[in-house]
Amino acid sequence: MGSPRYFYHVAGKMIPWFAISFLLTLIAGVYYGLFVAPPDYQQGESYRIMYIHVPAAWMSMFIYIVMAVAGVISLVWRIKITEITIISSASVGASFTFLALVTGSLWGKPMWGAWWVWDARLTSELLLLFLYLGIISLYSAIEDKRVAARAISILALVGVVNIPIIHYSVEWWNTLHQTSSVTITGKQAMPTSMLIPLLLMGISFKLYYGAVVLMRARAEVLERDRNTRWVRELVEGEIK
Amino acid sequence: MSEFLDMGGYAMYVWPSYGLAFVILVANWVSPLLQRRRVLTDIARKLRREKREQK
Repeated sequence: MGSPRYFYHVAGKMIPWFAISFLLTLIAGVYYGLFVAPPDYQQGESYRIMYIHVPAAWMSMFIYIVMAVAGVISLVWRIKITEITIISSASVGASFTFLALVTGSLWGKPMWGAWWVWDARLTSELLLLFLYLGIISLYSAIEDKRVAARAISILALVGVVNIPIIHYSVEWWNTLHQTSSVTITGKQAMPTSMLIPLLLMGISFKLYYGAVVLMRARAEVLERDRNTRWVRELVEGEIK
Repeated sequence: MSEFLDMGGYAMYVWPSYGLAFVILVANWVSPLLQRRRVLTDIARKLRREKREQK
Protein backbone atom coordinates (compact mmCIF):
# COMPACT_ATOMS: atom_id res chain seq x y z
CA MET A 1 0.00 0.00 0.00
CA GLY A 2 2.84 2.35 0.84
CA SER A 3 4.19 2.58 -2.70
CA PRO A 4 4.02 6.16 -4.00
CA ARG A 5 2.63 5.02 -7.36
CA TYR A 6 -0.28 3.16 -5.73
CA PHE A 7 -0.90 6.18 -3.49
CA TYR A 8 -0.88 8.53 -6.50
CA HIS A 9 -3.67 6.61 -8.24
CA VAL A 10 -5.77 5.92 -5.14
CA ALA A 11 -5.56 9.57 -4.08
CA GLY A 12 -6.56 10.59 -7.57
CA LYS A 13 -9.76 8.59 -7.25
CA MET A 14 -10.61 9.88 -3.75
CA ILE A 15 -10.17 13.60 -4.40
CA PRO A 16 -13.42 14.12 -6.38
CA TRP A 17 -15.46 12.53 -3.55
CA PHE A 18 -13.85 14.80 -0.99
CA ALA A 19 -14.39 17.77 -3.28
CA ILE A 20 -18.10 17.16 -3.89
CA SER A 21 -18.95 16.45 -0.24
CA PHE A 22 -16.91 19.48 0.81
CA LEU A 23 -18.85 21.77 -1.53
CA LEU A 24 -22.25 20.42 -0.47
CA THR A 25 -21.55 20.78 3.26
CA LEU A 26 -19.99 24.21 2.70
CA ILE A 27 -23.02 25.54 0.82
CA ALA A 28 -25.40 24.06 3.41
CA GLY A 29 -23.29 25.40 6.28
CA VAL A 30 -22.93 28.93 4.92
CA TYR A 31 -26.59 29.12 3.90
CA TYR A 32 -27.74 27.82 7.30
CA GLY A 33 -25.29 30.01 9.15
CA LEU A 34 -26.10 33.25 7.37
CA PHE A 35 -29.81 32.92 6.63
CA VAL A 36 -31.42 30.39 8.95
CA ALA A 37 -29.65 30.59 12.31
CA PRO A 38 -31.22 33.32 14.51
CA PRO A 39 -29.21 36.40 15.61
CA ASP A 40 -27.54 36.15 19.02
CA TYR A 41 -29.50 37.98 21.73
CA GLN A 42 -26.33 39.75 22.88
CA GLN A 43 -24.03 39.92 19.84
CA GLY A 44 -26.72 40.29 17.18
CA GLU A 45 -25.41 39.36 13.72
CA SER A 46 -21.69 39.64 14.42
CA TYR A 47 -21.57 36.18 16.00
CA ARG A 48 -21.97 34.74 12.45
CA ILE A 49 -18.21 35.13 12.16
CA MET A 50 -18.21 32.07 14.44
CA TYR A 51 -19.12 29.88 11.44
CA ILE A 52 -15.71 30.65 9.93
CA HIS A 53 -13.63 31.36 13.04
CA VAL A 54 -14.41 28.23 15.07
CA PRO A 55 -14.08 25.61 12.28
CA ALA A 56 -10.84 27.29 11.15
CA ALA A 57 -9.49 27.12 14.72
CA TRP A 58 -10.54 23.47 15.02
CA MET A 59 -8.75 22.74 11.75
CA SER A 60 -5.59 24.57 12.80
CA MET A 61 -5.25 22.19 15.74
CA PHE A 62 -6.56 19.08 13.98
CA ILE A 63 -4.11 19.41 11.08
CA TYR A 64 -1.18 19.94 13.43
CA ILE A 65 -2.10 16.77 15.32
CA VAL A 66 -2.21 14.86 12.01
CA MET A 67 1.26 16.24 11.21
CA ALA A 68 2.62 15.24 14.63
CA VAL A 69 1.26 11.70 14.30
CA ALA A 70 2.68 11.48 10.77
CA GLY A 71 5.92 12.78 12.28
CA VAL A 72 6.10 9.87 14.74
CA ILE A 73 5.40 7.34 11.98
CA SER A 74 7.98 8.94 9.70
CA LEU A 75 10.66 8.99 12.39
CA VAL A 76 10.03 5.41 13.52
CA TRP A 77 9.24 3.60 10.23
CA ARG A 78 10.49 6.13 7.65
CA ILE A 79 7.48 5.60 5.37
CA LYS A 80 7.64 7.96 2.39
CA ILE A 81 3.92 8.66 2.21
CA THR A 82 3.64 9.80 5.83
CA GLU A 83 6.64 12.09 5.30
CA ILE A 84 4.85 13.58 2.32
CA THR A 85 1.63 13.99 4.36
CA ILE A 86 3.41 16.28 6.81
CA ILE A 87 4.62 18.79 4.26
CA SER A 88 1.40 18.47 2.25
CA SER A 89 -0.58 19.51 5.32
CA ALA A 90 1.64 22.39 6.41
CA SER A 91 0.43 25.21 4.17
CA VAL A 92 -3.27 24.44 4.52
CA GLY A 93 -2.76 24.17 8.29
CA ALA A 94 -0.98 27.52 8.35
CA SER A 95 -3.78 29.04 6.25
CA PHE A 96 -6.49 27.86 8.63
CA THR A 97 -4.48 29.16 11.60
CA PHE A 98 -4.13 32.55 9.89
CA LEU A 99 -7.85 32.51 9.06
CA ALA A 100 -8.71 31.70 12.69
CA LEU A 101 -6.51 34.55 13.94
CA VAL A 102 -7.86 37.16 11.50
CA THR A 103 -11.55 36.21 11.88
CA GLY A 104 -11.03 36.11 15.65
CA SER A 105 -9.64 39.61 15.51
CA LEU A 106 -12.52 40.77 13.29
CA TRP A 107 -14.92 39.32 15.86
CA GLY A 108 -12.96 40.65 18.82
CA LYS A 109 -12.97 44.27 17.63
CA PRO A 110 -16.76 44.82 17.96
CA MET A 111 -17.07 42.52 20.99
CA TRP A 112 -13.96 43.34 23.06
CA GLY A 113 -13.06 46.65 21.48
CA ALA A 114 -9.59 45.44 20.47
CA TRP A 115 -8.12 43.87 17.35
CA TRP A 116 -5.58 41.96 19.48
CA VAL A 117 -4.86 41.21 23.12
CA TRP A 118 -1.96 39.11 24.51
CA ASP A 119 -4.48 36.59 25.82
CA ALA A 120 -3.42 32.99 26.49
CA ARG A 121 -5.64 31.57 23.74
CA LEU A 122 -4.66 34.14 21.10
CA THR A 123 -0.97 34.00 21.91
CA SER A 124 -0.75 30.20 21.79
CA GLU A 125 -2.65 30.21 18.47
CA LEU A 126 -0.17 32.76 17.13
CA LEU A 127 2.66 30.49 18.28
CA LEU A 128 0.96 27.70 16.31
CA LEU A 129 1.11 29.86 13.19
CA PHE A 130 4.85 30.39 13.69
CA LEU A 131 5.29 26.63 14.14
CA TYR A 132 3.56 25.98 10.82
CA LEU A 133 5.66 28.63 9.06
CA GLY A 134 8.77 27.18 10.71
CA ILE A 135 7.95 23.74 9.33
CA ILE A 136 7.37 25.11 5.82
CA SER A 137 10.61 27.09 5.74
CA LEU A 138 12.65 24.30 7.37
CA TYR A 139 11.47 21.87 4.70
CA SER A 140 12.34 24.17 1.83
CA ALA A 141 15.73 25.02 3.37
CA ILE A 142 16.99 21.43 3.36
CA GLU A 143 18.07 20.08 -0.03
CA ASP A 144 17.69 16.34 0.62
CA LYS A 145 13.94 15.81 1.01
CA ARG A 146 14.30 12.67 3.15
CA VAL A 147 16.46 14.61 5.63
CA ALA A 148 14.08 17.56 5.42
CA ALA A 149 11.19 15.25 6.26
CA ARG A 150 13.00 14.02 9.37
CA ALA A 151 13.69 17.59 10.46
CA ILE A 152 10.06 18.70 10.14
CA SER A 153 8.89 15.50 11.85
CA ILE A 154 10.96 16.47 14.87
CA LEU A 155 9.75 20.09 14.77
CA ALA A 156 6.13 18.93 14.44
CA LEU A 157 6.60 16.70 17.50
CA VAL A 158 8.29 19.40 19.56
CA GLY A 159 5.47 21.81 18.75
CA VAL A 160 2.60 19.43 19.50
CA VAL A 161 2.75 20.32 23.21
CA ASN A 162 1.29 23.66 22.16
CA ILE A 163 -2.02 22.05 21.08
CA PRO A 164 -3.32 21.14 24.57
CA ILE A 165 -2.09 24.54 25.74
CA ILE A 166 -4.28 26.24 23.12
CA HIS A 167 -7.23 24.03 23.94
CA TYR A 168 -7.11 24.35 27.71
CA SER A 169 -5.75 27.91 27.83
CA VAL A 170 -9.27 29.23 28.40
CA GLU A 171 -9.71 26.95 31.41
CA TRP A 172 -6.23 27.30 32.95
CA TRP A 173 -5.78 31.04 32.73
CA ASN A 174 -8.19 33.91 33.17
CA THR A 175 -8.61 34.67 29.46
CA LEU A 176 -10.65 37.27 27.63
CA HIS A 177 -11.41 34.55 25.08
CA GLN A 178 -14.55 32.58 26.05
CA THR A 179 -14.38 28.96 27.15
CA SER A 180 -15.36 26.27 24.65
CA SER A 181 -19.04 26.50 23.86
CA VAL A 182 -19.20 23.20 21.98
CA THR A 183 -18.66 20.30 24.35
CA ILE A 184 -19.34 16.71 23.40
CA THR A 185 -20.13 15.73 26.98
CA GLY A 186 -21.44 18.82 28.76
CA LYS A 187 -24.77 20.59 28.34
CA GLN A 188 -24.89 22.38 25.00
CA ALA A 189 -24.37 26.11 25.54
CA MET A 190 -25.75 26.77 22.05
CA PRO A 191 -29.25 26.29 20.61
CA THR A 192 -29.33 23.57 17.94
CA SER A 193 -30.33 26.07 15.27
CA MET A 194 -26.94 27.70 15.79
CA LEU A 195 -25.09 24.45 16.39
CA ILE A 196 -26.10 22.74 13.12
CA PRO A 197 -24.35 25.21 10.78
CA LEU A 198 -21.29 25.15 13.00
CA LEU A 199 -21.02 21.35 12.78
CA LEU A 200 -21.71 21.52 9.03
CA MET A 201 -18.86 23.99 8.56
CA GLY A 202 -16.61 21.87 10.77
CA ILE A 203 -17.27 18.79 8.63
CA SER A 204 -16.91 20.81 5.43
CA PHE A 205 -13.46 22.14 6.41
CA LYS A 206 -12.34 18.60 7.27
CA LEU A 207 -13.47 17.32 3.87
CA TYR A 208 -11.71 20.29 2.28
CA TYR A 209 -8.50 19.35 4.09
CA GLY A 210 -8.91 15.75 2.83
CA ALA A 211 -9.06 16.92 -0.77
CA VAL A 212 -6.25 19.48 -0.53
CA VAL A 213 -3.78 17.31 1.37
CA LEU A 214 -4.23 14.55 -1.23
CA MET A 215 -3.79 16.99 -4.11
CA ARG A 216 -0.62 18.40 -2.58
CA ALA A 217 0.67 14.92 -1.74
CA ARG A 218 0.21 13.86 -5.38
CA ALA A 219 2.29 16.81 -6.55
CA GLU A 220 4.96 16.02 -3.93
CA VAL A 221 5.04 12.35 -4.96
CA LEU A 222 5.54 13.33 -8.59
CA GLU A 223 8.32 15.71 -7.66
CA ARG A 224 10.10 13.15 -5.47
CA ASP A 225 9.75 10.29 -7.93
CA ARG A 226 10.49 12.39 -11.01
CA ASN A 227 13.28 10.03 -12.14
CA THR A 228 11.36 6.82 -11.67
CA ARG A 229 9.93 4.78 -14.55
CA TRP A 230 6.30 5.09 -13.47
CA VAL A 231 6.47 8.87 -13.47
CA ARG A 232 8.14 8.90 -16.89
CA GLU A 233 5.39 6.65 -18.25
CA LEU A 234 2.76 8.86 -16.66
CA VAL A 235 4.23 11.98 -18.22
CA GLU A 236 4.72 10.33 -21.60
CA GLY A 237 1.11 9.18 -21.41
CA GLU A 238 0.02 12.76 -20.88
CA ILE A 239 2.23 14.29 -23.61
CA LYS A 240 0.68 12.28 -26.45
CA MET B 1 -31.53 42.73 0.90
CA SER B 2 -29.53 45.77 2.03
CA GLU B 3 -30.72 45.09 5.59
CA PHE B 4 -29.22 41.63 5.26
CA LEU B 5 -25.95 42.98 3.86
CA ASP B 6 -25.76 45.40 6.76
CA MET B 7 -25.49 42.45 9.19
CA GLY B 8 -26.99 44.52 11.99
CA GLY B 9 -24.27 47.13 11.58
CA TYR B 10 -21.46 44.54 11.70
CA ALA B 11 -21.04 44.27 7.93
CA MET B 12 -17.47 45.60 8.24
CA TYR B 13 -16.54 42.58 10.37
CA VAL B 14 -18.69 39.75 9.06
CA TRP B 15 -18.11 40.13 5.31
CA PRO B 16 -14.31 40.43 5.44
CA SER B 17 -14.30 37.23 7.52
CA TYR B 18 -16.31 35.34 4.91
CA GLY B 19 -14.32 37.01 2.13
CA LEU B 20 -10.96 35.99 3.58
CA ALA B 21 -12.26 32.44 4.11
CA PHE B 22 -13.25 32.27 0.45
CA VAL B 23 -9.86 33.58 -0.71
CA ILE B 24 -7.97 31.12 1.50
CA LEU B 25 -10.12 28.15 0.41
CA VAL B 26 -9.60 29.03 -3.28
CA ALA B 27 -5.87 29.71 -2.90
CA ASN B 28 -5.16 26.42 -1.12
CA TRP B 29 -7.17 24.60 -3.76
CA VAL B 30 -5.49 26.14 -6.78
CA SER B 31 -1.93 26.03 -5.45
CA PRO B 32 -1.49 22.23 -5.44
CA LEU B 33 -3.01 22.06 -8.93
CA LEU B 34 -0.47 24.59 -10.21
CA GLN B 35 2.34 22.77 -8.41
CA ARG B 36 1.35 19.44 -10.01
CA ARG B 37 1.11 21.00 -13.48
CA ARG B 38 4.51 22.68 -13.03
CA VAL B 39 6.13 19.37 -12.05
CA LEU B 40 4.54 17.54 -14.99
CA THR B 41 5.68 20.13 -17.53
CA ASP B 42 9.18 20.13 -16.01
CA ILE B 43 9.45 16.36 -16.38
CA ALA B 44 7.97 16.44 -19.88
CA ARG B 45 10.51 19.07 -20.98
CA LYS B 46 13.34 16.96 -19.52
CA LEU B 47 12.08 13.86 -21.35
CA ARG B 48 11.89 15.70 -24.66
CA ARG B 49 15.43 17.01 -24.17
CA GLU B 50 16.69 13.49 -23.43
CA LYS B 51 15.00 12.17 -26.55
CA ARG B 52 16.68 14.85 -28.67
CA GLU B 53 20.10 14.09 -27.16
CA GLN B 54 19.70 10.39 -27.93
CA LYS B 55 19.19 11.07 -31.71
